[in-house]
Order: sequence, then C-alpha cells, then structure tokens
Amino acid sequence: MLRFVVRRLLVAALTLVVISLVTFGLFFAVPSSPAKVMCGKNCTAEDIAQVERRLGIDQPLPRQYADFVGGVFAGRTYGEGDFRQDCPAPCLGYSFRNNQPVTEIVAQRAPVTFSIVLGGAVLWLGLGISLGMVSALRRGTAFDRAAIGVTLAGASMQVYFFGLILLYLLVYSTGLLPFPSYTPLTESPARWAAGLLLPWMTLGFLNSALYARLSRAQMLETLSEDFIRTARAKGLPARQVHTRHALRAAITPIVTIAGLDIGTSLGGTFITETIFGLQGLGKATVEAVQFLNLPVVMATVLLAAVFIVVANIVVDVLYAVIDPRVRLG
Amino acid sequence: MNGVTNGQAAVAGDAGRLAGEPLLSVRGLTKHFPVRQGLRARGAVRAVDGLDFDVRPGETLGLVGESGCGKTTTGRMLVRLLEPTSGSIMFAGRDITHGGRRELRALRQDLQIIFQDPYASLNPRHTVGRIVAMPLQVNRITPPGGVKKRVQELLELVGLNPEHYNRYPHEFSGGQRQRIGIARALALKPKLIVADEPVSALDVSIQAQVINLLRDLQRDLDLAFVFIAHDLAVIRHFCHRVAVMYLGKIVEIGDRDTIYTRPQHPYTRALLSAIPDVTTLGPAGRIRLTGDVPTPLNPPSGCRFRTRCWKATDHCATEEPALTTRDDGGQLTACHYPESGPVGVPTGEPGSNERT
Amino acid sequence: MVELPTPRRGEDPYLRVTDLRVRFDTEDGVVKAVDGVSFAVERGRTLGIVGESGSGKSVTSLAILGLHNAKRTTISGEISVGGRQLVGLREEEIRRLRGRDMAMIFQDPLSALHPYYSVGRQIAEAYRVHHPRAGKREARSRAVDMLGRVGIPQPAKRFDQFPHEFSGGMRQRAMIAMALVNDPDLLIADEPTTALDVTVQAQILDLLADLQAEFRSAIILITHDLGVVSQVADDVLVMYAGRAVEHGSVERVLRAPQHPYTWGLLSSVPSLHGDADADLVPIPGNPPSLINLPSGCAFHPRCRWAGVNGDRSRTEIPELGPAGAPGHLVACHLPVAARERIYRDEVAQVGVAR
Ligand SMILES: Nc1ncnc2c1ncn2[C@@H]1O[C@H](COP(=O)(O)OP(=O)(O)O)[C@@H](O)[C@H]1O
Ligand SMILES: Nc1ncnc2c1ncn2[C@@H]1O[C@H](COP(=O)(O)OP(=O)(O)O)[C@@H](O)[C@H]1O
Ligand code: SF4
Ligand code: SF4
Ligand SMILES: [Mg+2]
Ligand SMILES: [Mg+2]
Repeated sequence: MLRFVVRRLLVAALTLVVISLVTFGLFFAVPSSPAKVMCGKNCTAEDIAQVERRLGIDQPLPRQYADFVGGVFAGRTYGEGDFRQDCPAPCLGYSFRNNQPVTEIVAQRAPVTFSIVLGGAVLWLGLGISLGMVSALRRGTAFDRAAIGVTLAGASMQVYFFGLILLYLLVYSTGLLPFPSYTPLTESPARWAAGLLLPWMTLGFLNSALYARLSRAQMLETLSEDFIRTARAKGLPARQVHTRHALRAAITPIVTIAGLDIGTSLGGTFITETIFGLQGLGKATVEAVQFLNLPVVMATVLLAAVFIVVANIVVDVLYAVIDPRVRLG
Repeated sequence: MNGVTNGQAAVAGDAGRLAGEPLLSVRGLTKHFPVRQGLRARGAVRAVDGLDFDVRPGETLGLVGESGCGKTTTGRMLVRLLEPTSGSIMFAGRDITHGGRRELRALRQDLQIIFQDPYASLNPRHTVGRIVAMPLQVNRITPPGGVKKRVQELLELVGLNPEHYNRYPHEFSGGQRQRIGIARALALKPKLIVADEPVSALDVSIQAQVINLLRDLQRDLDLAFVFIAHDLAVIRHFCHRVAVMYLGKIVEIGDRDTIYTRPQHPYTRALLSAIPDVTTLGPAGRIRLTGDVPTPLNPPSGCRFRTRCWKATDHCATEEPALTTRDDGGQLTACHYPESGPVGVPTGEPGSNERT
Repeated sequence: MVELPTPRRGEDPYLRVTDLRVRFDTEDGVVKAVDGVSFAVERGRTLGIVGESGSGKSVTSLAILGLHNAKRTTISGEISVGGRQLVGLREEEIRRLRGRDMAMIFQDPLSALHPYYSVGRQIAEAYRVHHPRAGKREARSRAVDMLGRVGIPQPAKRFDQFPHEFSGGMRQRAMIAMALVNDPDLLIADEPTTALDVTVQAQILDLLADLQAEFRSAIILITHDLGVVSQVADDVLVMYAGRAVEHGSVERVLRAPQHPYTWGLLSSVPSLHGDADADLVPIPGNPPSLINLPSGCAFHPRCRWAGVNGDRSRTEIPELGPAGAPGHLVACHLPVAARERIYRDEVAQVGVAR
C-alpha cells in the first residue's frame, strides 16, 4: 500500500511538471503579450519593453521556467533597488494585474470553491445515491417512475439555466434566500451556509440526477447477482440483504466516479461561481486567462491538476479498501 | 526427442492412416506469460512447457487435462493466435513458429480453429452468410459457382438450412451456432482444425449431434484435428490418439485404446477413475485425487504431478521423468513408476439391474 | 414396496411437492416454466433431477425455497417441508425456514459468494441469522468447525480469506459448509459440480454423500449429467419442458428407462465403455420454447415414436402413470407392450445406452 502511494506520488509529480511546461509553452504561443495588455493602447515600444523587464518576461523561456520552479521551492526576488520585492517560498509570483501575491489570491479564492463543491457534493451524493437505491429497490412502482422522470429532467438541464431559475424563484421574486455571497466558515457558520445554499442546491440537484441514475442502474445489476440470491437463500431479512450485501457492491463504482468528480470540481466551478457572483478559483482562472495573467494561470491550472491527481490516488486506495480483490502494489 | 519417434513407431502398427509424413509436428513448444510487478519481471506463468507431438494427415489427436493445464494456450499457439516463447511448429513441412503476416495468411487456409463459446465467437451484427463467407473474402478466393453458392453448400454440410443465409447469430440455438462456427472453419477446405472445447458448452443431446457431425466431416473430408476437451469420454468418441496434459506438460500420449484400457500414468488413471459413468451405478472408481492443481507460476520440482500422486517418492521430487516408452507399453509416459495392467472394466452388464 | 417412488420406510417424506406449477409473466408471454410436477424426498435419500437446460430444474428448486419474485411469478400446487405447507405462506415465515430447515448450493461458487466479505464471515452470518443469540465468537467457531468438516485444511486460517483466494473446489466446499451450518433437513444442490473439473467433482460428490450419511438430510441434486445421477441418486426425476416425463428409482430409470426422452438422453452421452467407434444417437432438434409449447406431448416434434400412437401424441398430454415396476412412473402414450418391445429391440441395442 505504502509503496503504491509513493509510486503514484512520483508519477503525480511528473504529471505536474509536464502540465506546467505545457501551460508555460501555450502561454507564450499566443501572439499577444501581457505587457501590451497591461500597458494599454497608448504605449510605446519602449514602455512595453520596460514592463516586460519588470514582469521578467523578457528572459528566455527556459530561464523563466527555472525561475518559476525556483520560486516555488526556494522563493525568489523580483526587481532591483527600490522596486525590490522578496517573495518567500512557495512563491507563485505576483499577479500581472494588481501585483497581488498569487499565493494570497489562491488563499482567498480556494475556500470559496471548496465550500461550494464540498457542500454540493454532500447534497448530490446523499440525495442521488439514496434516490437511486430506493428506486432500484422499488423498481416499477410509482415512486420509481417519478424518480426516473425527475432525474431525466435533471440530467438534461444545464447549470446556468437551472441556476438562473432558482435565483429568480428564490431570490428575486420571493426573497426566500439572500443573494449568494461568501462568508468564511470561521466567521459565521450560519451566514456561510445561508450564502451558499443556492449554489449547493443547483449543483446538488443537477449532479444528484446523474448519481441517482447511476446508482439505480448499479443497484439493479447487483440485485440480479448470484451472491444476492445466496444471501436470500441463507434466510437473511430483505433489509440486511440490501444494506449489507447489495449496497456495498453497488456503491463501489460510484465511489470512483464521485472521487474524480469532486477532484475535478475543486479546481474551479466557473459557471456556478459566475452565475452566483462568487469569487472562486474557476472565475479566477478564466479571468486570468483573459488578461494573460501568467502567474495566476500557472497557479490555478497547477492547483486543479493537483486536485485531480490526488483524487485519483484517493480513489484507488479507497477501491482497494472496499474490494479485497484489488491489490495495490 | 527420440522419445517421440519411439512413440510413433509404437502406434504406427495401427493403420495406413499413420503412414507418411506428419502434417503437424510440434517440438519443445513452450509459452511463458511474464508476470510483472511494476516494471520488474516477477517470474512467469509456465502455461505450456515443452510439448512434443505429431499429427498426421487425417488423424485426430485429443488434448485432455484439468482446466488451467495449458490446453487453450497450446491450441492458440498452433494457429498462431499466440506467439510461442520457444520451440517449433512445423506444418505441412514448413516452419511456422515465427511466420510473419504473409506466411500466416497462407497458413490460415490450411489451419483453422473452432472455439468453445459459440456465442462469443460470432459477430452478432453479421449475417450467417457473411460470417461463413468471411474467410473466403479475406483470402480473396472466389469458389466456382460464386461465394453464395459455396456458403450455402457449407451450411448444408453442417446440417443448417441453406435458406437461413440471411439470418443473424442470435436467431440460432447454441448447437446451431456451433455449427455456424464449424461451417466457417471449413470454408477454406483446411487440412487441420484445432477445436478448443467445441462441445463443452452444449447440452448432452446437442453435444451428441455436434460430435456426430464432426466425426462425419472428419471422415468424409479426411481432416486432421487437434481436439481439446476436459471430458475424456467425449475425446474417446472422437480421437485416434490422446495426449494427457498436466500443468503445461504432456504426461502420457498414445493411441486411444492404449490410453483408455492400459493407461500407465497415475494421472491418466485418476482422471478416468473420476468420470461418473452412466453405465455403472453407485460411486465412481476408487482413485481420488486430493487437493488442486498447483500454480503454474511455481510448479513442483521433478515430476509436476508429485504433489497429488499417491506413488510419489523422493526420486520424483528430484528428477523429472522423461516422456518415453515404459515397460513395453504402446504409449509414451512421463512417470518413474508407471502403472500396469488394464483399468477396471465394468462388470455389471448394462441392462442388468446390478450395481457395480 | 408401495406405489410412489420414495416412501419406503413408513416415514413421511420430509419434502413433498404436489402438482407444482410456476409461471412467469414476461413481455413475450407467459412462460410455463414448471407445469404440474410432483415428487417427494425422504431424509437420508437423494433425488436426482435431470433434463436439458431450460427444462425447469432451477425454477423448481427456487420455488421450494420461495426465492422467486412474488410480483412476476405465479406459483400453485403444494410444497410441504417437514409438514409445513409453503405455497401461500408469508415471506417472513418462509424466510425463517430458509437456511435453517432447507438450504441450497449453486452452480458457480465464485459468483454465489460475496466478493467483498471473507468466506468465514459469510458462513458465520448464515449461522447468526438463525441463532440471534449466538455471539460473534460462537458463530466464528461454528464456521471454522464447518470449514474443517467439509475438508478445508487449516480452517481457522482460511476463515479470514476471501472467495477469490480459494480454488474452485474449495469454494464449492465453502458453499456446502455455509449451507450445512444450521443442520438443514433438506439440501438442494443445483448443478453443484458443473463448473468443476472431474477430479474435483468426484471429491465434492463424495463429500455430499459423507455429509448425508452423517446428517441424514434429504438431498435434491439437480444436474444435466446422467453420470452424476447414476453415482449419487436414489431416485430420479426426468424433466422435459417443465413437466416430469419419468420418475422412479435410479435402477429403474437408468437401467430400464421407459420414456423416449430418457432413451434419447442415455444414448446421447459419450461413455468410457462400449464401442467408441459407434455413432452416438442424439435426440434430433432443439428443446421447445416454454411460451409456446408443442400440443399434446411436448416431446413429440423430437420423438421418433410419436407416430406409433396415431394422433394421440400430438393432441393429448400424456399423464404420468405406472411404468411396469412399483414406484416407476412415465408420461408417454406408448402402450406398455410396445414400449418394452421398442426399448428391447431398437434402443438398448444402439449407442451407449445398451
Ligand atoms: N494471457 C495470459 N496471461 C497470463 N497467464 C495466462 C494467460 N493465458 C493463460 N494463462 C494461464 O496459463 C495457464 C493455462 O491456461 P489455459 O491454456 O487457458 O488452460 P486450459 O485451456 O487447459 O484450461 C493457466 O494457469 C492460465 O491462468
Ligand atoms: N425469472 C424468470 N422470468 C422468466 N423466465 C424465466 C425466469 N426464470 C427462468 N425462466 C425460464 O424458465 C425456463 C426454465 O428455466 P430453469 O429452471 O432455469 O432451467 P434449468 O432446467 O436449466 O435449470 C427457462 O426457459 C427460463 O428461460
Ligand atoms: S513420476 Fe512419481 S510423482 Fe510423477 S506420476 Fe510417476 S510416480 Fe507419481
Ligand atoms: S407420448 Fe408420443 S411423442 Fe411423447 S414420448 Fe411418448 S411416443 Fe413420444
Ligand atoms: Mg481452455
Ligand atoms: Mg439451471
């Protein structure tokens, strides 16, 4: 197990290096220069060169990449003389736009996205899985048919559409909920939850539709397995057959998908953040790309990659814990 | 290996069938599947480990043994669906062990395979006509009278209605699907067919239909067969010669009557003894093997059968018995202490009510 | 000797099935999977049920254990287990009998065991369902004991292993241990050795015989292999298309078979004895669809003697009736004399059925 994790971490590190290289390369492949964007329309070539020097993007590419990596692990120093700025490790650089340290930006934005995703995930996993399981057990009943209908609707709907409907219904026309906003959990748990209820409901409903369909299919398949028949032949009560024997087998593939979904979402939920005006990682990334804000793009892209890689490892370990046939090593 | 020549001499007395050059000649045939852990090799599954045997034109060789002993792997190597690790396969005088794609294409015409699972081996989206015609088309052969006519002849030959040319596999029963697989194998008029458990998945009554069909075809078309099965009774009704495999090796090979009436290898006797026979009532023969086949990842030293053999001695653990003639037997046997005498013949005449 | 095949010792048979009918409503129509089958099994005796796949053997056994989906299945007739009438009983009451008074083992032990729980835990669970007051320890020691009884070496160590760590034969032994953990009086084994090698099959059949001698349970052994039946059964029930076509002691059914279908099965089986060069004599054609059974005798499209009785085989369903020896029953319109002549002159001479 330990060897497995170590090996996977090494692979993960390699993945991150490749991703950062690609991001770097792509960034400089675009024709427009961030210095031009920052400097505005009436800049002379002279001004642009100066800005470029200040940003450090006049250096050759390999050098810039080396500086970036050095900054992450050992910290680095920008500018000289009066403009000297010490950036301690882990240094991700300064935003091209407002010179804010990128670490600070990440520290501000990540909790927002985390809150949205984790709250939403609790909702969508809880709701989706239980709905799916129950409708599998009551296959063919009115409950099942209703569940299928609702989940079909949910699965075919888009986030922005559903989000806007909720916003209109619950905020603008009835005022049942405040307009979404982010308050740190440490500050006031109640305001934290109230402010995020709407995005949670949006993500929760839409994803739970998907998970309900998945769980229902998995459960139905499991219920037709031979070992379920064996469990019944032993004289186990239906309830134990379902919880102890069917659920555990049915849920395994769902764990995998859920882990990857959560990992991917933690990197940013741009659409949700935008609709509800929340300053999360997703929004930060898209804005940074628009402004060719390299340090921020690098940081958010790498962070998203870290989440996905870690989610993969966690899922594999979980899988081995659930299914004894899987041996890590 | 001189043991093999010996054995051929031993069985050559049988009939004119055995005269002449072997059609298929296998020497030292070996397949090891590497087992990796990470990037390092951690050993190998020694699925097939040095087989020697010949099949003459028009002859049927049965390959029998418990599951996991390497029968399928052998069959797949013979038709080159798998690359042998070492050893050689000579077919019709040519070395086909490592033939490239071109050579193999020519080979496919003479050498065909039938699989166990008639459901899995037919493309569900193709009509029966197309399935059976496929080998002709792949090899760009236009038979006299056209492809369709030939396919209909083939369907008729295997006992299917030629009118069913345009139907799909799912419209047929298990036995009929196996007939389709046989028709496909016959399309190119092969000289040798490798049949991997062709009747194991079928019900008895259907199994008997297919065995009879294969027997008729074998006789009428003078086909040679390597017939793989785990059922010694099925093999007895189909094969001229029988090779018994255990853990990747042939432990006994000889003509049918010798193997069934005077087997020398303890394993062959145990297999025969375990078969529940309809003609005797009450518990089957006396020999009971204990335990399971060991893993081919780490086979026992010396004689591989020694962990389950009731006659094993220290000698069996240290020296591997060669496959050779023993005690003037008509067969080749790989055992230091071969059995002698006939196997128990049934006493109660069928039709009488006695228990035996 | 009395008229029915099983009751011989004056003791009431432990299991008695009378006129069992099982139907499934499907999209294609009503499947008459079992259509009026009756049999009885005493303690200490083994009934072999044979027939091609699809003849209703498994459906019969699942009906006895009450494992069919009540919503899509119609069951009628009588199933009496140890004097209790099961058809129409409430699910909760049948459940209490399952695994305690009657147990079952299945064809493929790998898929029949839960892949995520250790073998021992699954056996202990079977014990604890019916011994709610037994603690974990007691259940464990009982399970280890059973594992040892079915011939699994180092049972205490094997207890914690998972099904995938067992070989095929060991898995089936574990299934047997699980089925016998509560000393059931009735054991149904549905093709218990079909997935195993002959060498392992022989071990398992020996084991079942030993355990039966020890526990005196009534056993139903379902198989399509007449060889297996000849080894272990006391009585045989031959099923075709959901109906019983022949029923009697193993000596009678295998030595003096009376039904053309039984003849066909016997002459289809390749054997180790007799003339290896003689052709097998298969039953022509394929088993019928259970949704649309042939009229009259369901076997008539495949029967060589269907014409002997004029139109009767095509129009009238033959009833199970006496077949010449006490307890031997057959469902065929052939007159007794004709049947005996045909068997003697045409059937017993050919194939391996001789
Ligand atoms: N592709 C493979 N990789 C690793 N091991 C294999 C592979 N194919 C077969 N084996 C192993 O080789 C042995 C022989 O298998 P097989 O030829 O299928 O036996 P048989 O057909 O006699 O049952 C078995 O132990 C099997 O697990
Ligand atoms: N739940 C079910 N729904 C519909 N048909 C079924 C069901 N279970 C079994 N059958 C049908 O009943 C027939 C008898 O099946 P079965 O008892 O399993 O045969 P076998 O004799 O091979 O055990 C088959 O044709 C099968 O397709
Ligand atoms: S060589 Fe020894 S162990 Fe092997 S089969 Fe012969 S007697 Fe048994
Ligand atoms: S009733 Fe007629 S068709 Fe049926 S088995 Fe007897 S002879 Fe054959
Ligand atoms: Mg095989
Ligand atoms: Mg069945």
